[in-house]
Amino acid sequence: MAKIGVLIEEREGELKKTNFGILSLARGEAGNEVYAFLLGEAGTDCRELLGEFGVDKIVMVKTAAGCPDTNSSPEIQALALSKALEAFGIDVLLGSSSALGKDILARVAAQLDAPLVLDCLEIDLACGQVRKSHFSGRTTATIRLTGRPWIAGLRQNSYPETPNRRQPAVLEYIAPVENKGRLAVKGVRAGTGGGVDIAEAEVIVAGGRGVGEAKNFQLLRDCAARLGGAVGASRAAVDAGYAPHAIQVGQTGKTVSPRLYIACGISGSVQHFAGMKTAKTIVAINKDKDAPIMLKCNYALVGDLFEVLPVLTEALQS
Amino acid sequence: MRIYVCVKHVPDTAANIRPEGQAAFDEKVKYIINPYDEYALEEALRIREQTGDAEVVALTVGRETAQATLRSALAMGADRGILVRTEEYFVDSALTARLLKGAMEREGSPDLVFTGKQSVDTEGMQTPYRLAALLDMPLVVDVVSFSLDGGKARVERESEAGMREILELTLPGVIGAAKGLNRPRCPTLPDVMKAKKKELKILTPADLMVPAGGPLMDVIALTAVPDRARGKVLCDSPEAMVAELIHLLREEAKVLT
Ligand SMILES: Cc1cc2nc3c(=O)[nH]c(=O)nc-3n(C[C@H](O)[C@H](O)[C@H](O)COP(=O)(O)OP(=O)(O)OC[C@H]3O[C@@H](n4cnc5c(N)ncnc54)[C@H](O)[C@@H]3O)c2cc1C
Ligand SMILES: Nc1ncnc2c1ncn2[C@@H]1O[C@H](COP(=O)(O)O)[C@@H](O)[C@H]1O
Repeated sequence: MAKIGVLIEEREGELKKTNFGILSLARGEAGNEVYAFLLGEAGTDCRELLGEFGVDKIVMVKTAAGCPDTNSSPEIQALALSKALEAFGIDVLLGSSSALGKDILARVAAQLDAPLVLDCLEIDLACGQVRKSHFSGRTTATIRLTGRPWIAGLRQNSYPETPNRRQPAVLEYIAPVENKGRLAVKGVRAGTGGGVDIAEAEVIVAGGRGVGEAKNFQLLRDCAARLGGAVGASRAAVDAGYAPHAIQVGQTGKTVSPRLYIACGISGSVQHFAGMKTAKTIVAINKDKDAPIMLKCNYALVGDLFEVLPVLTEALQS
Repeated sequence: MRIYVCVKHVPDTAANIRPEGQAAFDEKVKYIINPYDEYALEEALRIREQTGDAEVVALTVGRETAQATLRSALAMGADRGILVRTEEYFVDSALTARLLKGAMEREGSPDLVFTGKQSVDTEGMQTPYRLAALLDMPLVVDVVSFSLDGGKARVERESEAGMREILELTLPGVIGAAKGLNRPRCPTLPDVMKAKKKELKILTPADLMVPAGGPLMDVIALTAVPDRARGKVLCDSPEAMVAELIHLLREEAKVLT
């Protein structure tokens, strides 16, 4: 029986939805013991939700100075988590490849000199092997991790949630760490993303150069709102100033894996595909029936996005 | 002040990568300097220009051919280049970090280290973390804004949902650059000519006395990902296409309810 730890992520006091797929993976079939590690101050009401997805033990990681919450240094958070993994004899630590997950998991791996693979598409817990993209999604590498604990971050939305009820025990762990005081978070400011994280979105409506102007992105926002989704953009759209970099999809932007990706006025370059290739269903709306994306998507609509998109938005309402 | 910039020699992002054998690929493709490392180098060059007394050293771990990327870094303006030559293409990031540190120990300790946030070939997203841990220095990755303030650096990091975290670190430290940090300069022809005369040193892991050790992360298979198959093409009036699309999304793809 293996002890599988999961780094639980919260936003504004709520558990992120992305946790549940990872917990389902951790639960597996092999009867693992699943530990949920919380670095924040999440209240006791997370017990119910975490129990639903098969957590055996909830560990609230704290430092002697208090709770290493998001306002303290990520260095301290990672150090505290590293100590907790050792204290509980964790074999594998899983997390998501969100901005937070990538940073904390990599800090922990460096701290423990432990093997780590981020942005995994598949994880084989029993064999210690994972699959991930190499070369901008053109190839997939199978990687063997040697060492204990080993650490893996899953690409968001790449594992389905399957409930599996348990009654988790809630433990508190005080990590013996000292703050070296060399790295401090001074604040957070709103960037340009509009508060939505596209990497977590299950539906994305994305626009490219074909959208033509910043104000035309409203058409995409309207459609995305109907679908409960988020808006993305190609690099050409970002570079032209139509959309903020925070929502860029692709090689030099975000990697997304939504259930549905609707690309409007995007040609489908290799670098764009690098960021959305693993979407379940891809729809393209493009004037040019021979644009690369039209040959590599599930449903290609040949037409002018300014004519098609409003009709789609309208139809989704009814 | 001595600033190291870690640069990686990687296939062009548009190159067609053809796997060969079990865990290798046809390496005869066009190579470039890892795009994120250009932001790293640009930032180091700007600091040298501002402070006037910094040395910028471009450092890479890679095959003999990685010299080309060091030459590009020298053309952009790095003062000298160091290649730690390896025989393998895939060197895991734990060993890479030990080699980078080994080279720095030999060539003079860093006051500041710049890296990219990730390499576009292996997409490891961890070398700077391991390097910082070995050097026992603070680090921030995904940096989109950087300024020096005495012995400290103030940085902004792109965190989730487009939020920006403002952090302060005490130097020496490691900075992982992201797109948005700056606009890398393009070398001119005279820059390229000058770069040919700059110092480029080649070291081996043995010179650095860094033992190979078993890899923590080992690429055991590499397979091509086929392009997504061509799907259905709809070409009709907007109304007709939308009706058909919604039907397909519900009944065939089952992604709409
Ligand atoms: C190192 C590197 C990194 C990169 N990273 C990224 C990245 O992260 N993300 C990214 O997206 N790109 C990235 N790129 C850029 C990439 O190569 C392409 O240039 C970019 O993706 C093109 O964006 P686009 O499809 O919006 O524009 P275009 O290629 O110009 O395509 C516009 C499309 O819109 C269609 N169109 C025009 N008007 C309409 C209309 N009214 N209705 C319907 N369709 C219309 C056209 O037929 C065309 O197909 C990167 C490039 C490099 C070299
Ligand atoms: N072989 C290498 N030589 C020099 N720098 C490297 C090498 N591999 C990774 N790096 C640096 O570490 C960053 C992150 O790489 P990675 O962890 O591979 O995603 C890169 O952007 C480089 O700055």
